[in-house]
Amino acid sequence: MVIGEAAIRAGCRFYAGYPITPQNEIPEYMAEHLRQVEGGVFIQSESEVAAIHMVAGASAAGARSMTSSSSPGISLKQEGISSLAACQLPAVIVNMMRGGPGLGNISPSQGDYFQATRGGGHGDYRVIVLGPATAQEMADLTMDAFTLADQYRTPVMILADGMMGQMMEPVVFKEPQPRVYPEIYIMKGAGAGKSKFIRGLILDPLDMEEHNWTLDRKYQVIARKETRHELYGTDDAELILVAYGTGARIAKGAIKRLRNTGLKVGLFRPITLWPFPTNELRDLAKKVENFLVFELSTGQMLEDVRLALQGFARIGFHGRPGGVVPTPAELANVVTRQYDRKQGIIEHH
Amino acid sequence: MKKVFGRPKSMKANIFHYCAGCGHSIAHRLIAEVIDELDIRGITIGVPPAGCAVLAYNYFDVDMIEAQHGRGPAMATGIKRVLPDRIVFSYQGDGDLAAIGIAESFHAANRGENITVIFINNAVYGMTGGQMAPTSILGQKTTTSPTGRQSVLEGHPIRVSEIFSLLPGTTYIERCTVNSPASILRTKKAIRKAFQCQIDGLGFSLIEILSPCPTNWKMTPVDSCRWIDEAMSKEFPLGILKDVPAEQKKGERRHAG
Ligand SMILES: Cc1ncc(C[n+]2csc(CCOP(=O)(O)OP(=O)(O)O)c2C)c(N)n1
Ligand code: SF4
Repeated sequence: MVIGEAAIRAGCRFYAGYPITPQNEIPEYMAEHLRQVEGGVFIQSESEVAAIHMVAGASAAGARSMTSSSSPGISLKQEGISSLAACQLPAVIVNMMRGGPGLGNISPSQGDYFQATRGGGHGDYRVIVLGPATAQEMADLTMDAFTLADQYRTPVMILADGMMGQMMEPVVFKEPQPRVYPEIYIMKGAGAGKSKFIRGLILDPLDMEEHNWTLDRKYQVIARKETRHELYGTDDAELILVAYGTGARIAKGAIKRLRNTGLKVGLFRPITLWPFPTNELRDLAKKVENFLVFELSTGQMLEDVRLALQGFARIGFHGRPGGVVPTPAELANVVTRQYDRKQGIIEHH
Repeated sequence: MKKVFGRPKSMKANIFHYCAGCGHSIAHRLIAEVIDELDIRGITIGVPPAGCAVLAYNYFDVDMIEAQHGRGPAMATGIKRVLPDRIVFSYQGDGDLAAIGIAESFHAANRGENITVIFINNAVYGMTGGQMAPTSILGQKTTTSPTGRQSVLEGHPIRVSEIFSLLPGTTYIERCTVNSPASILRTKKAIRKAFQCQIDGLGFSLIEILSPCPTNWKMTPVDSCRWIDEAMSKEFPLGILKDVPAEQKKGERRHAG
């Protein structure tokens, strides 16, 4: 499994997780391979809740740590993710999204976008969210996730789906970066020195407020410096699709078909879902007036696109929630129905 | 002049926020004394809970990382697996261990994690104002069992030490109390044995301490101590429930004889 191998190469030395489809390949890979690495710890935990708190402990103790799950399990991890953010502990969390809400199904979905990009748990915090669209990107972004988590001392989420887990594509693993993580943040016993503590509880509201602003300043830096996106065929485009992950793969297929019919369609693909590449998307609206958001959901990223483009462009939407994965042909049809050369996006939102 | 009583090295010079007559402060001090005596301050990492002991890091002068409510043993597992040569303890109340965190506690014990759990059983939720705990005894009045705990509605008090001692992963389990000078000394010995098990790499150890909560029991500290003898310890009998090192020694002697 690409993510497991990339994580080990990136120096991940602690993994805890609880089985759930469609991501069981990750714990299975870790059970076999992480334990073969010196200092590598794999634990099949009693629940997703336990897994994320084990990860927090391991992270505090100085190990690059990871957990993975799928939608219902990620809901259970939110308590711990909120804690990691509060305590400024690095960790990597993989969500192979499936259809929801509730137990839902095990088919590919993008219904957890809100949960992932709005923090997900309680309190004022954000998680860096990376949305790979190819096997190669799953490898690269997994490795980058560990670097970002350390650099900003914050949880980082890989947001993908079961479709991507099943992809068979060649992958070249890049050279891992050596870990840069100051010793002072690692809890390993006080030795002869002063003891330290890591906590999320801050009773005094003024102190808690200050902590919230401290975190917020960090998030502002991340939002300024860490956005990533891909442009595909946007140079001459009259209409731009906005999609990520599996949605973006389908969109590329649709774009090829549409271009064959002479319609110049491009793709804006956010790679970081939080921070969302708002300015980069808005820049496109200087040249292009029509945008169509495509998601495997009822319209979640759509809100971020609106925040970027409202008042600057016409925005259409096509969504298939619940684990339905439309074909590029379906999406191409939708585009021709929703977009008219003269009027632009017709059913605009 | 010889100093006969002072603050343990592993305690900070802060004044406890605990109520008068509360068992937490005694338990804290005993743990700190044991850490001093075993000379493990520099390699000890503590995990305080959500509960009245949430501020334990203000008192212990050892590295500490606070857990969410009930998650101490999961966090301690993560720490210990990464740093197997450190001494890791989780400090938990009865709501923390026997209700919201029963899964994390039970499974850490079952995996035989080489950690020590200090389990403060005060038969109520102290921090949130005296609600019923999984260890409240039958008939006990709390803010959420105002007419007294009834087994048909609220189930029976959970005997954590008995249940955990059935798990092969556990090595030392004792139930003690801190309601008299003699019981305090006994508790300290128990804590020391539990930490020693961990130092010797034997596995999961747990010390349950029947602990007065005068505030929520609505009793004086003296009456609280009496209630432990007269009521609480009837439901939760004191004593050693599991002692693998002693059993091993006995086994060796039998072999020798
Ligand atoms: C997820 C979650 N639920 C509820 C609480 C509120 N809470 C804090 S401490 C506590 C119970 C404390 O009781 P106990 O564990 O017995 O410890 P004590 O205060 O008696 O020492 C509760 C319910 C919380 N902090 N987190
Ligand atoms: S409420 Fe009870 S447990 Fe909490 S500090 Fe007061 S006496 Fe101790």
